[in-house]
Amino acid sequence: MNQFFTYAVLTATIASAIQYTTPFLLAALGETVGQRSGVLNLGVDGIMLLGAFGCYYVALETGSDLLGIVVGVAIGAVLGLATAFMSVTLKAQQGISGIGVYIFGLGLSDLLFVRFVGTPLPVNPLPNVNIPLLDKIPAVGKMFFEQSLLVYITFLLVPAIVFFLYHTNYGTKVLAAGENPAAVDSLGISVARVRYSAVLFGCMMAGLAGASLLLLDGIFQEDLTQSAGFIAVALVYFGAWRPAGVMTGSLLYGLVTAVVLQWKSLGIIPTSAADLAATAPAVVTILALVVLAGRFRQPSALAKPYVRGA
Amino acid sequence: MTTTGAALEAPRRAARTVSWRGLLLSWFAIPLSALAALVIGALLILAFGANPITGYSDLLSGAFGGSYALASTAQKAVPLLLVAAGICVSVRASVWNIGGEGQIVMGALASTATALAVPGLPAVLLLPLVIAAAAVGGAVWAGIAGFFKAYFNVNEILSTIMLNLVAVQVMNYLLSGPMINKSQSFAITGLIPQTKLLSQNAWLPTIVGGTQLNLGVVIAVAVAAVVYLLLWHTGFGFRLRAVGLSRDAAAYAGMPVRRTIVYAMLLSGACCGIGGAVLVFGSISHRMVTDGSLTGFTGNDGFNGIVVGLFGGLNPLWSVLSAYLFGGLLIGGTAMQAAIGVPTDLVTTIEGLVVIFVVSIDYLRVSARIKEEAKLLAQASGPPPGATRSLLVKLARART
Repeated sequence: MNQFFTYAVLTATIASAIQYTTPFLLAALGETVGQRSGVLNLGVDGIMLLGAFGCYYVALETGSDLLGIVVGVAIGAVLGLATAFMSVTLKAQQGISGIGVYIFGLGLSDLLFVRFVGTPLPVNPLPNVNIPLLDKIPAVGKMFFEQSLLVYITFLLVPAIVFFLYHTNYGTKVLAAGENPAAVDSLGISVARVRYSAVLFGCMMAGLAGASLLLLDGIFQEDLTQSAGFIAVALVYFGAWRPAGVMTGSLLYGLVTAVVLQWKSLGIIPTSAADLAATAPAVVTILALVVLAGRFRQPSALAKPYVRGA
Repeated sequence: MTTTGAALEAPRRAARTVSWRGLLLSWFAIPLSALAALVIGALLILAFGANPITGYSDLLSGAFGGSYALASTAQKAVPLLLVAAGICVSVRASVWNIGGEGQIVMGALASTATALAVPGLPAVLLLPLVIAAAAVGGAVWAGIAGFFKAYFNVNEILSTIMLNLVAVQVMNYLLSGPMINKSQSFAITGLIPQTKLLSQNAWLPTIVGGTQLNLGVVIAVAVAAVVYLLLWHTGFGFRLRAVGLSRDAAAYAGMPVRRTIVYAMLLSGACCGIGGAVLVFGSISHRMVTDGSLTGFTGNDGFNGIVVGLFGGLNPLWSVLSAYLFGGLLIGGTAMQAAIGVPTDLVTTIEGLVVIFVVSIDYLRVSARIKEEAKLLAQASGPPPGATRSLLVKLARART
């Protein structure tokens, strides 16, 4: 245990925790906005997988991570339109249509990977960008300010989404569509349009999350996400549909993951029990859901398609 | 809807000729969904530079051409049917058990541990014991999510997915430690953790000579039949479906809603758990083997079974047919991969599309029926103002 509590190891663990957090946080923030508008999107994992594959393929072919990220987001947008069409226009049962999107993404991403990628080579990771001055702060600099640009953007999105939801006209419409869509409708605002835009944003974030996960790993493989998209949805519940809460949950998840991995590599956890230790993040999430589920109310119209007059 | 029901009876009987659209949607919605998914699948095969007609005919002959293929398909259908039966139970109670994967694994682990603990029992005792252990293993795993759902209002989709992640690690731990085959070194087994050869008394006996078809098929169909009888011919099944249709109404009628939810999950998990035992004791190696991933053991059957259950209209008996068709799709997919080089992932993709289309068409189907009833109602008693709309409102409420 002593070798864990050293300056170098601790800062490295926190720094990697921040990296693990990023894909979860991106996906969970997008899902938060979608759910606040009243749409439960359970297809996040499938969208992440397709976004990750798109990013991988383009980054591999062109050598540009940025182009890969753009393609990942674009794939998210296409699937977002499909998701919104199902959930809003066709009023499909949202829990199960999302499972359909997941299975579709799981199959198609590996289908394309096997077909179009001959020798899977790793793509370049995103370069770290040190923030001037801040990176000179002892410990804190190493942990938080020597990260990639995508990490900074992800964490800046938290206050941005708080501002959007609570302090802009459109954000209020999103919140209202999730709480009382009839009231939104009665003001002559299209509930469908508000929900379409929120779902589209959420799915673009899922595509971006897939791209960020891919760039973290460097290489695509079958079922790359290992249910990360579902965990992101769980983190939205965990964070009680508030961006700051979602960030807290994501950080906790990333931290537990990083610590377990670090302990494994340091031999603090015996190899024989390493598999059991790897269950820690999922177990923590389940327990957190149990503790928190009764305390916060979900958006009243969550997963309920809107029919005028209801 | 009950108030309009009586009023509708006469005109409905008078106008037996229903609209074509309604008929098409109510009877052919599910086959049409499959057709649409297969068409998109064909486009994907084309995109791969292969001929979809050759591809699909390879798939068909691989799945249904000859007795060996038919038996392999039936064999593949067994775990799918067991999971689908479990899905019928949970979804009829409005509880979405997405954790079939984890429950299969826990069922397999419990049954394997039983066979390792008492290998000497005669087959007549050991085989039922092993199946029962699997049912308990799966039921406990699903029951955790059911308990949290019923008493703490924890979203069951999320908790079951999380429990899948836990189950795979527990499997890896047990198979590479306490339950590992100690007589063989890692070098010989090729670094794949597995148990020793399990007691022959627990093997599922082959029922058709010359094929792999074993007793698992009988077990799966029996489970489906029992689930059907439970759901539609017992008080428990009635309560379960009542809770599924409206928790509030069921509670108002004095039904134990929370307990029913837990029971639904226990039963659902038991079905999936038995699927795990079938995978181990009906396998060719007669060992439990892990490659470290969830799908490595389950072959994604926990999710495929959901597709099968939905495609079977959430009815265990229709699910028998549905499981056989999807078993064929999966077996045939392997043949297609060998013949035209399109990976079996195509089948997974098609399955996802089937789910998407089935749920998407559902609203059109129900709303078409309701509009039609409103029309009949209008013919019977003059146009009540806003009849269509108010029925749509009821629909929207009933669905949430």
